[in-house]
Amino acid sequence: MENILHIADLSKTYQSAGRTLTVLDNINFSVTTGSTNAIVGPSGSGKTTLLGLCAGLDRSSSGLVELNGINLGNMSEDKRAQVRNQYVGFIFQNFQLLPTLTALENVMVPLELRGERNIRARALDLLDKVGLAERGHHYPTQLSGGEQQRVSLARAFSNQPKILFADEPTGNLDAETSEKVIKLIFDLNKEAGTTLVVVTHDLELAAKTQRIIRIKGGKLVSDEKTNINA
Amino acid sequence: MPEPYQLEKPPLKLGWLFEMAWRDSRKNRSRLFLFISAIIFGIAAIVAIYSFGYNVKKDVDNQAATLIGADLSITSNKPVDASMLQTLNTLGDRRSQERSFASMIYFPKGNGTRLVQVRALQGEFPYYGSLETTPITAGTDFKNGKKALVDQTLMLQFNAQVGDSIKVGSVTFLIAGTLNKAPGQTGISAGIAPIVYIPLQYLTETGLMQKGSRISYNYYYKYDHDVNVTKLIKGLEPKLEKANLNYDTIDTRKENTGRSFADLTKFLSLVGFIALLLGCVGVASAIHIYIREKIASIAIMRCLGVRSTQAFLIYLIQIISIGLIGSIIGAALGSLIQYLLPLVFKDFLPITVTTDLSWMAIGQGVLLGVIISVLFALLPLIAIRNISPLNTLRMSYESVNLLRDPLRWLVYVLIVGFIVVFSYFQLDSWPASIAFTIGIFIAFLILTLIAKLLMWLAKLLISNSWSYLWRQGFANLYRPNNQTIILMVSIGLSTAFICTLFFIQSMLVRQVSVSATTNTANMILFDIQPTQKQPLAGLTTQYHLPVIQQVPVVTTRINTINGKNAAQVKKDTTIQVSPHVFANEYRVTYRDTLTPTEKVIDGEWQGKAKDGAEVPVSIEDRFAKRNHLKIGDHIEFNVQGSPVKTLVTSIRTVNWNKMQTNFLVVFPAGVLEDAPQFYAMLTHVPSKEVSAKYQQAVVKQYPNVSLIDLGQVLSILDELLDKLGDIIKFMSGFSIITGIVVLIASVRISKYQRIQESVLLRTMGASRRQILVISALEYLFLGALSALTGTLIAFAGSWLLAKFSFDIPFSADVLPAGGIFLAITLLTITIGLLNSRGILNKPPLEILRGDV
Repeated sequence: MENILHIADLSKTYQSAGRTLTVLDNINFSVTTGSTNAIVGPSGSGKTTLLGLCAGLDRSSSGLVELNGINLGNMSEDKRAQVRNQYVGFIFQNFQLLPTLTALENVMVPLELRGERNIRARALDLLDKVGLAERGHHYPTQLSGGEQQRVSLARAFSNQPKILFADEPTGNLDAETSEKVIKLIFDLNKEAGTTLVVVTHDLELAAKTQRIIRIKGGKLVSDEKTNINA
Repeated sequence: MPEPYQLEKPPLKLGWLFEMAWRDSRKNRSRLFLFISAIIFGIAAIVAIYSFGYNVKKDVDNQAATLIGADLSITSNKPVDASMLQTLNTLGDRRSQERSFASMIYFPKGNGTRLVQVRALQGEFPYYGSLETTPITAGTDFKNGKKALVDQTLMLQFNAQVGDSIKVGSVTFLIAGTLNKAPGQTGISAGIAPIVYIPLQYLTETGLMQKGSRISYNYYYKYDHDVNVTKLIKGLEPKLEKANLNYDTIDTRKENTGRSFADLTKFLSLVGFIALLLGCVGVASAIHIYIREKIASIAIMRCLGVRSTQAFLIYLIQIISIGLIGSIIGAALGSLIQYLLPLVFKDFLPITVTTDLSWMAIGQGVLLGVIISVLFALLPLIAIRNISPLNTLRMSYESVNLLRDPLRWLVYVLIVGFIVVFSYFQLDSWPASIAFTIGIFIAFLILTLIAKLLMWLAKLLISNSWSYLWRQGFANLYRPNNQTIILMVSIGLSTAFICTLFFIQSMLVRQVSVSATTNTANMILFDIQPTQKQPLAGLTTQYHLPVIQQVPVVTTRINTINGKNAAQVKKDTTIQVSPHVFANEYRVTYRDTLTPTEKVIDGEWQGKAKDGAEVPVSIEDRFAKRNHLKIGDHIEFNVQGSPVKTLVTSIRTVNWNKMQTNFLVVFPAGVLEDAPQFYAMLTHVPSKEVSAKYQQAVVKQYPNVSLIDLGQVLSILDELLDKLGDIIKFMSGFSIITGIVVLIASVRISKYQRIQESVLLRTMGASRRQILVISALEYLFLGALSALTGTLIAFAGSWLLAKFSFDIPFSADVLPAGGIFLAITLLTITIGLLNSRGILNKPPLEILRGDV
């Protein structure tokens, strides 16, 4: 299988009050195309930092991050933005919809950035898939948390990403809504053949992926395959 | 292997950027407009002044002929000699002549007397325009007999009617009409020196043409055929110059009047520019907070692949658009306001000003508005480039410092450069425009420093023993996202403006009032002939008035300075003496001692002339400085035809503020005693009634003697300051309104800052009253401190102006200052509370969900 993401000797340190704080320490792993993966760990273990580095949202202090064969380490922030637009989809714990854009416009933004045509119909189709075809003209504040996360899902899949990063996607949702959203994530993922990397401390969610990478104190402590098949 | 990556550089997608800018501004447009509205009044001021300036220029061009009243006018302040007269008589197809001088006139009906400008006219002048009179025919009829035209202000003041009579010198004239306007006359000049026209043929009979009288000889020429007057006069220039004659053509008048009004409008547009800058500081501060609130959205966009340039452009487009709208509204408002300007300036205008729409002014205003709003908004905008997409995962305010971009220094340079260049276009001088920019910078710096000091003091003073509400209100002054500095600068500057104006006006008026009421001299009589000296002193004593001073006055001119005459000085560019020094007449005196108002600062005072040696003279320090004269310089004076060689032996300062006969040049005793001379006399009149009676007696017995009553000067000064004050108030009004708009904008911004906190307080059970009290206290502190800072700056500014500019003792009215302080404070609280009302009336949940 091909690797969509390759992480080697990855470290991230911060300078704080005159001392060096190591948040991630020598992390190594690769993610195969089309697989579903979970990064789990307690609060403050560095899992969100790891996700940020993998997705090209931040620069590492040392080590290699290769996404779709592209070494993100040497790239400017603008180049990385371009990589994100072409290959990456995001789902956030707090949804991160643009508050001044309607649900439909939020879904359209990644496509507009790519300069694609007939995007309205595609965005509407995606909203339909997440069950929100009728709510396209609503603003985020007019939607419930679950609805906002579903819009965020539609947006994440709109640019047909090769890899989808999800940061605690159910962290702000109740159990029932969480379940619906998780199902949607996996269904859409399967349908689009996207690689999924989800950061969570929800072990139930993690168990739904094919692989669980555990992080603790900034170190990779285990990397296990689950029984889930692709 | 994954497919090879291809990252072709995508285009900026301008259309999409505009669409995103439009979408992103939703729900924020009213706020954005509120921010930008701070520049509206500054732009309005500038467009109004520019429109007015363009209209005045156009009107001066169109009406220049009526300003001068002839094709050519030639003026001399001494009788023109016969040979020159012959030359002058070859000029023009039609000729008029006029003698003008200051003299007392007497209204027999009401026993009133007044110093006026008498114009004795012969000929058909004015050839362009007319002497505007009531009845209309009086303008020409008065020349046919012993008739006069009397200025309308005088007619009103003395309750005179057409058909009454006035006495000018020894001749009684019938008032043929009321003079409403003479060519080139302004409301202000009519108030200071009202004009009375009499026919020239009766001038000698009046007895006012005596030696030493300061008379202007004016000759007016009209060509009935096409003649290039400018070319013609150029040929005559050397001859005219030699004879000390000045000339004016329609072109020169057009140029001079146009230039002085251009200077005025440029100065006023700088005042408008200050209002604009004030607004821009408000804009920069508001946009800073706006962008801070947008960090999350920008981070999301960056996450989705928006490039830093694109993110920057999205917000730049918003600012340009809203700046453009603000500027257009400002320009429209300015175009409306310009209709008011002729009313405000009416007393200073010699012409009728039209109020046409000036597209040029509108264009300049809009361009200026857009440039300056973008320049100031750039400070927070450039920081957008550094907002990391990581903020979507973890919002870290510490990592997003909007002010730490090195590019901001470039923006600062651009702003300062723009202010210097803009002011250069108004002032036509690089040093002046740099000084203006530094002045503005210092004013802002002082206010900012004081604001910082107050915030520091607030932190220091706050005590746990205070009630929660007081602590909360007070702490809002220095807590993050406070509006203390911007409010302090905007409100402080506006308050300082209006208070300084007020202080200076009342100080000047008080200064004159004090002189008028104490026992010092308050009336000066001049043009007293030597034979009248003793009897006039006797008459004064009869009225129980003191003869405080009687000084001889000799009229002189300067022939040479250090051996060089006017022509040589003009040729020699190394000599820094103005050729005007030779053209002016100098009224000098002689005595053996200095007066208490004089002090020698260089050289030595010599009160007696020595036989055979050059005459030692003392000159005033500012006169010396202006003309680069120093101790040891040789000046040859022309004392009514006789050359007198003198040596500058002392330079002295003179306190011109004291009612005293002061002189630029003082001769020692023993030189000028036999020269033709007249006397000036000082006395003190205790009341208006005594003044009126004494004036009547003097004018009746000595009609050539002129009087200046300080009480009258005071009322004229008061009127003049009032009129000037109206203009300054009008202009500073823009700054004040801008200050209020910035205040409203700042309060509204702080509303968004405080909203979460107030809602949390409400959810925890705080009552409406408690939240209102916290807000009221915060705005009370803000308003009071801003107004106090402004008032203190006004005190300091007025003190500096009083000491160094006006040279008068400093005094400030505390009561009106207190009134302004209270008004500004109350205004701040009112605006603050009106804005907070919105939060209190909404359910907390609605606000927590972000629906406001």
